Amino acid sequence: MLLHAHTATHPYPTLPYPHTSILLKMEYEAVIGLEVHTQLKTRSKIFCSCSTEFGAKPNHNTCPICQGMPGVLPILNKQVVEFGIRTALAMNCTIADYSLFARKNYFYPDLPKAYQISQYELPLAQHGWIEIQVDGISKKIGVTRIHMEEDAGKSIHDENITGSKNYSFIDFNRCGMPLLEIVSEPDMRSPEEAREYLLKLKGILEYLEVSDCNMEEGSLRCDANISVRPKGSTKLGTKTEVKNMNSFKNVQRALEYEMARQIQILEEGGRIVQETCLWDVDQGVTRPMRSKEEAHDYRYFPEPDLVPLVIDKEWIEQIRKSLPELADARTARFISQYGIPEYDARVLTASKFIADYYENTVKLYPNPKVVSNWVMGDILRKLKEHEEADIRTCPITPQHLAGMLKLIEEGTISGKIAKVVFEDMYATGKMPEEIVKEKGLIQISDEKEVAAVVDRIIAANPETVAQYKAGKQKAFGFFVGEVMKATQGKANPQLVNKLLKEKLST
Amino acid sequence: MELCDYTIHELHEMMKRREITSRQITESVLSRIDQVESRIRAYITVLREEALEQAGTIDQKLQKGEIPLTPLTGIPIAVKDLICTRGVLTTCAAKILHNFIPPYDATVIARLKQQNIVMVGKTNLDQFGMGSSTENSYYGITRNPWDLSRVPGGSSGGSAAAVIAGEAIGALGTDTGGSIRQPSSFCSTTGLKPTYGRVSRYGLIAYASSLDQIGPIAKDVTDCAILLNAIAGYDPKDSTSVNLPTPDYTRALVPDITGLKIGIPEEYFIAGMDGEVEEKIWEAVRVLEKLGASSEKVSLPHTEYAVAAYYIIAPAEASSNLARYDGVKYGYRADKYTDLIDMYMTTRSQGFTPEVKRRIMLGTYSLSSGYYDAYYLKAQKVRTLIKRDFEEAFKKYDVLIAPVSPTPAFKIGEKTEDPLQMYLSDIFTIPINLAGVTALSIPCGFTRDGLPIGLQIIGKHFGEETILKVAYAFEQNTEHHKKKPPL
Repeated sequence: MLLHAHTATHPYPTLPYPHTSILLKMEYEAVIGLEVHTQLKTRSKIFCSCSTEFGAKPNHNTCPICQGMPGVLPILNKQVVEFGIRTALAMNCTIADYSLFARKNYFYPDLPKAYQISQYELPLAQHGWIEIQVDGISKKIGVTRIHMEEDAGKSIHDENITGSKNYSFIDFNRCGMPLLEIVSEPDMRSPEEAREYLLKLKGILEYLEVSDCNMEEGSLRCDANISVRPKGSTKLGTKTEVKNMNSFKNVQRALEYEMARQIQILEEGGRIVQETCLWDVDQGVTRPMRSKEEAHDYRYFPEPDLVPLVIDKEWIEQIRKSLPELADARTARFISQYGIPEYDARVLTASKFIADYYENTVKLYPNPKVVSNWVMGDILRKLKEHEEADIRTCPITPQHLAGMLKLIEEGTISGKIAKVVFEDMYATGKMPEEIVKEKGLIQISDEKEVAAVVDRIIAANPETVAQYKAGKQKAFGFFVGEVMKATQGKANPQLVNKLLKEKLST
Repeated sequence: MELCDYTIHELHEMMKRREITSRQITESVLSRIDQVESRIRAYITVLREEALEQAGTIDQKLQKGEIPLTPLTGIPIAVKDLICTRGVLTTCAAKILHNFIPPYDATVIARLKQQNIVMVGKTNLDQFGMGSSTENSYYGITRNPWDLSRVPGGSSGGSAAAVIAGEAIGALGTDTGGSIRQPSSFCSTTGLKPTYGRVSRYGLIAYASSLDQIGPIAKDVTDCAILLNAIAGYDPKDSTSVNLPTPDYTRALVPDITGLKIGIPEEYFIAGMDGEVEEKIWEAVRVLEKLGASSEKVSLPHTEYAVAAYYIIAPAEASSNLARYDGVKYGYRADKYTDLIDMYMTTRSQGFTPEVKRRIMLGTYSLSSGYYDAYYLKAQKVRTLIKRDFEEAFKKYDVLIAPVSPTPAFKIGEKTEDPLQMYLSDIFTIPINLAGVTALSIPCGFTRDGLPIGLQIIGKHFGEETILKVAYAFEQNTEHHKKKPPL
């Protein structure tokens, strides 16, 4: 079911990797739906009281229940349901007042009961949507369903750990970790939209504080269904499923690859085979899984060990009232409260943590636009350089940034010196005042001292002075540069400008 | 008469009067085991040393006043080997769990331990509770104490045989389709299947989760009520246990059933039913009428579909419940295998009996894509209709009365070659599990060959007090429960 009819199409004039450019017979668009699994950060597991702490010793956070021993029974963690409802409300879903758990049956050593307790028919929530922006245009992506389930354990086949290729180890710490599965409608029309959707979804989960959303650590996982069709067609093509995309960048890359692969097949008159593929990060290609691995009949049936989940309307309303301010509302508030442009507000509020960082900095240095420029510019660039690092662990805290901005405003350092201080703060985590003092970076604003340098430079370059006086305006920059060089960049730029203008015009 | 031949409440009175100790009772039970166990084989594990030690400790603590003398304190109890006991081998009568020692107690065991019972041992059963004769066990066949060439019924055959033979004073069984009531009927014990949700299933190794219940198997109605008092009640560890107050079931035991309305389901008197069984049931009805009850025929129209629905639902759940026995973490693992899939297949092929495999295959089939609607879903609909039959009947009647089994105990080997015949021996007990209501089996006479016959008294959801009261009235006016097998 399409909840929103308009689609943005993205023609692909050429095929990206690894194919070479060829001229296409027609324009194509992708039809993409995403299945996202996110680990909820409740204190205990979904069906027992074991801790969910990450990084514990193997099999430390386990008990007979999450180990699936004979005779034990699951007990639903209420917090998981609450987090699920929170998420579903933030994604505009209808919460089911009656939902069921189901068993998904399959054999695997790290699944100790040989079934996963999940939801199948009658999930927790359905019929929602998430709004995304692509190229400045808003678009609603339908959320088909949200359901709760337990995670499986982890098999370890690494010979360096097990000591032999005849053995595998199993760590059940992850077994029974609470997951939400969020399934979208096939409403995305390009890999870029898929990435935007995923980022928006991550933003919502972060705002709700229900998940850490760390793709590398596996607390956010994403599978995609993708097909292509001639642009303008309403018929769906044969889809493939792409798995194993373990970062935001990889989701887009994998989908771009898969889209191009499918287009190439169609262009050559071939047919798409419905199959499940794995994204190979190293080679940058998708590869079909062996058919044996996907030929599962999970034999779902209602979990008889759990009673139907009946959710009280009042509880839903209570949770609705307790929902935090989400990205869109925060964007609006940033525009009105701080008077910053919408573009800035959107970038800053896309992540709760960046928005928090921004607001904390503005509190200490109340010049919203200047702060916005620094956060959107230097801070975000710095984080991107470090593999999409987390702003919460950024060595430059709001105190650092605000302190540095104050130093600029007071004239203690120049904007140019600030870049040096910035790099140093990132590298060492030292406060800006300390760095400035240690490295002697204080701006020279003493007129006599600067004038002496200016005089010296003018005296040493009579030819350039003559050129300037003859009308070569560019030469002015040369003098500024020389003065700054002579003072290791510490001279107050305004003062340098003023003095040079005075002295060169006489 | 030895101490081991007395009832729980009789022994309790003697202990109260300080005439006997727990150790004396336990020694009596163990000595009976020495005498008869080689012929009956009711147990998989006898906890000889542990039981004596427990009894000694209990006596000491009682002496010092450190523990109260509850109705079960110091009483030797046997536990079906499908119920987890901490530190004690729990096999489900299966090779695949031949070495499984649970690190936890089932809730019912924890509750019995609170009352300081003496655990005598773990009793034999049809593997994972699948069977009606206790022939389907990795640990051999249990024999009926009334006739060693016959089966004790099943699947709680070990518990019923142990109790009637004096190898335990009382026992716990489990009932998924008749597994407490049918062996009680075959062995002349009193066994009660509680309402689904009345007793915690935590620690009961699941056969069919939506049908399984733990219940008492005892020498009379009073003992049954005492054991039920100990194990019944809400358990936060079992979501399907019901949060309702638990009455004192012994207070329901007043022999007054004046005005009681009995319904007699006509579908339970089928062609091919043993004549002597039918005769004894009607005789029992006449006893109850004489005590002031009135009876009337009632129709439970969907009864004929019960066995079919049961053999879809129970195996479906079993196929999933038993999937965890894969040789990975505990229990049996095949010695030789080539890869993971081969390890699974070899382990499970060797670890289960043919009957268990048959049910796993049945269940796997009916849950498979393309068959689910036609089988599992249809069976669930039938189940709802059967439940409605009972609800309708209980609008009019206080209890329903029926036979437990169409025949008395059959010969060992008689039905093992014909699973369908075996399945039909549960025809009168299965509907009760599907409906989730409560029922008990009480001795109501013997065949001319001296084989016990059980009367089934069925009550509505949470109607345990009513059926116990009717059973008590019947028992107070009959002598069948006092008869012992000639050993």
